[in-house]
Amino acid sequence: MGILRGKLLPPALAILFSALLCGVALVVSGANPAEAFGAMVSQVGEGTTAVDIINSTGTYYIAALAVAIGFQMNLFNIGVEGQYRVAAVVAAVFGGSFALPPGLHALAIILVAALVGALWAAIPAILKVTRGVNEVISTIMMNGLALGLAAYLIREDVFGELRGNNIRTPEIHESGWVPGISFGASGTVFGLVFLAAALGIGYWVMMNRTRFGFELKASGESSTAAAAGGVSAKKMVLIAMLLSGGIAGLVSMPEILGRDHTYNLNFPAGIGFSGIAIALLGRNHPGGIAFGALLWAFLDKSGLALDNVGVPREIVTIMQGAIVLSVVVAYEVVRRFELAAEQRRVGKELGTVAA
Amino acid sequence: MRRRMRGIAVAAIALTSVLSMAACAKDNGGTGTGSTNNASGGCKLAEKPAAATATSGTTATGEKVDGSALKVGLAYDIGGRGDASFNDSAAAGLDKAKADLGIKEVKELTAAPNEAEDAKQTRLRQLASEGYSPIIGVGFAYAESLKVVAPEFPNVKFAIVDGVVEGAANVTPLVFAEEQGSFLAGVIAAYQSKTCHVGFVGGVKIPLIGKFDAGFEQGAKTAAPDIKIEKKYLTPAGDFTGFQDPTKGQEAAKGQIDAGADVLYHAAGASGKGVFSAAKAANVKAIGVDSDQYNQATVAESKDVIISSMLKRVDVAVYDFVKAVAKNDLATLPKVFDLKVDGVGYATSGGKIDNDLKAVLEGYKAQIIEGKIKVSDKPTS
Repeated sequence: MGILRGKLLPPALAILFSALLCGVALVVSGANPAEAFGAMVSQVGEGTTAVDIINSTGTYYIAALAVAIGFQMNLFNIGVEGQYRVAAVVAAVFGGSFALPPGLHALAIILVAALVGALWAAIPAILKVTRGVNEVISTIMMNGLALGLAAYLIREDVFGELRGNNIRTPEIHESGWVPGISFGASGTVFGLVFLAAALGIGYWVMMNRTRFGFELKASGESSTAAAAGGVSAKKMVLIAMLLSGGIAGLVSMPEILGRDHTYNLNFPAGIGFSGIAIALLGRNHPGGIAFGALLWAFLDKSGLALDNVGVPREIVTIMQGAIVLSVVVAYEVVRRFELAAEQRRVGKELGTVAA
Repeated sequence: MRRRMRGIAVAAIALTSVLSMAACAKDNGGTGTGSTNNASGGCKLAEKPAAATATSGTTATGEKVDGSALKVGLAYDIGGRGDASFNDSAAAGLDKAKADLGIKEVKELTAAPNEAEDAKQTRLRQLASEGYSPIIGVGFAYAESLKVVAPEFPNVKFAIVDGVVEGAANVTPLVFAEEQGSFLAGVIAAYQSKTCHVGFVGGVKIPLIGKFDAGFEQGAKTAAPDIKIEKKYLTPAGDFTGFQDPTKGQEAAKGQIDAGADVLYHAAGASGKGVFSAAKAANVKAIGVDSDQYNQATVAESKDVIISSMLKRVDVAVYDFVKAVAKNDLATLPKVFDLKVDGVGYATSGGKIDNDLKAVLEGYKAQIIEGKIKVSDKPTS
């Protein structure tokens, strides 16, 4: 009961509260909240929306895991955004430049993506451990650089090719594609959604069943205490950042290997930032993050129904923001409430407080 | 642990709210190589083109077409109706079709910036499955999604503005010769500049905007070979916020004005509002894009600096397409909406283009239509 109340009540309250808030916003803007929410729910059954939600959950999940690993080490990796973009371009260029046997080709692309993501994250990591540069600042700056680098790499005179008014990297040969599970007209679930799930399991095992996970958490809690226990905080910062960047590099792999087979101008942005919110929502727990990613994907994809019924779609953005804010507040309220209850209980048992 | 999480959470909230701003904090250009103000003389102009002989033939047809049975769906690119630019032009075409052809049912949906590919597909499917046909994707960003969605609805007639979808028979491409219209904008800029120094503000550094850039540069240099041109793109390829950020547009324009430019041409969608307000603040001239921006309500406070607009008649293309569908005669649509079919052109609202300049512009226009001047669609730098 205690665990349930402490862990599940806050997010449930938060979602309820933000739905309420959005309801008010909808009424104020002159729309019918019941109709709007109804449209969002029924959108799930339309076209490929259900499958899109699953695919998008996988993408968000990977991004949030990348952020969560940083959080465990008390690192705030805002650079997931740039890491996955650079990784996507380089991996797409790499994958499009030659063919390997099926399977091997895809594996090579995925490895390159992880490696590039890790390398891109290595720059702020090294700056932090050698010069003490705050990773928040350096990763934000790296995001700007990532956009510029990606734009440069797909220039026609570099690696890009012109398709109508779009530019893209050369298409990856079929041997590099990762097949998905087709549901006919309802769409195709990306095969690499399972990679996301595997990463989640790996993350749980690493954090809870390995010495490295323990050391990571310990140095995140208190680097001095961990140092006294023989754990080098600097080494941990470096490894955590590289891991975080490596996973971030995989964010767009499901889409690129499963559907687009190229990096083009329509490449989605903002997944890294959503990942931060989702990691917060999921409290860095692999299960919690999965739930957060699913919720985010649902809001994103079914939110498209709002425009269709004439309700401003921005309501979804309000809802996402409200959820993150209220989750943080709700956890804090529940924590204080439990702390007070605990103090009362202890006081009562010791007889220092009148019952 | 909990305390730490709280700290991170608070920081996260604070940060996510400023992230967009942080990401925007780039340099604001205007790295001009100094300006040489040749007093009030303006440019040393090249020889004026011969006056145009023939007036370009407009296809003014008075025939009555009944489109009341059509349900027209429009999927806008980011910005949507009200962007004072590209999407608004499409909206104007739709409104005209509604009025002229008696269309009763229309639905308009709008893309979000930086959205995922499947969001575009869903939008098109929503329209198609609700029985809308024709459906027009406004913007080349719909090309990839139309490639997937169009074959799913073989009986629906799709069109795409600014794009071509290979292998889909039911998608009509509506493409423009932006470089030709921009050439004339460049001529206007060269004739109106007092400092012989002009500027181009592009929204996002993508090939499509490069066509505006290339035409403008070629036009300005053709009219005044010594002219100086500032160029600034607001965001690199891949970051489409450059079409939606008037603040950035204003900063870039201000940088160019500070470098000495006194006529600015923008191809930056809704960011153009910022270009106009910078021009107004510095009392220099500006040239609008896509729609006749002098007459647009959204930029009305800066209208007196708008000397002309490069017209990209998305409205004509949308209207012609809907009309062609109503007549079941898609083959008559032009392959490219260029100067010849008045698919691109220039606006004279506001009275800043006098008859002399108009004669010059018509002269260049005739040369382009005849093929004497070939306008490149790729910028030199």
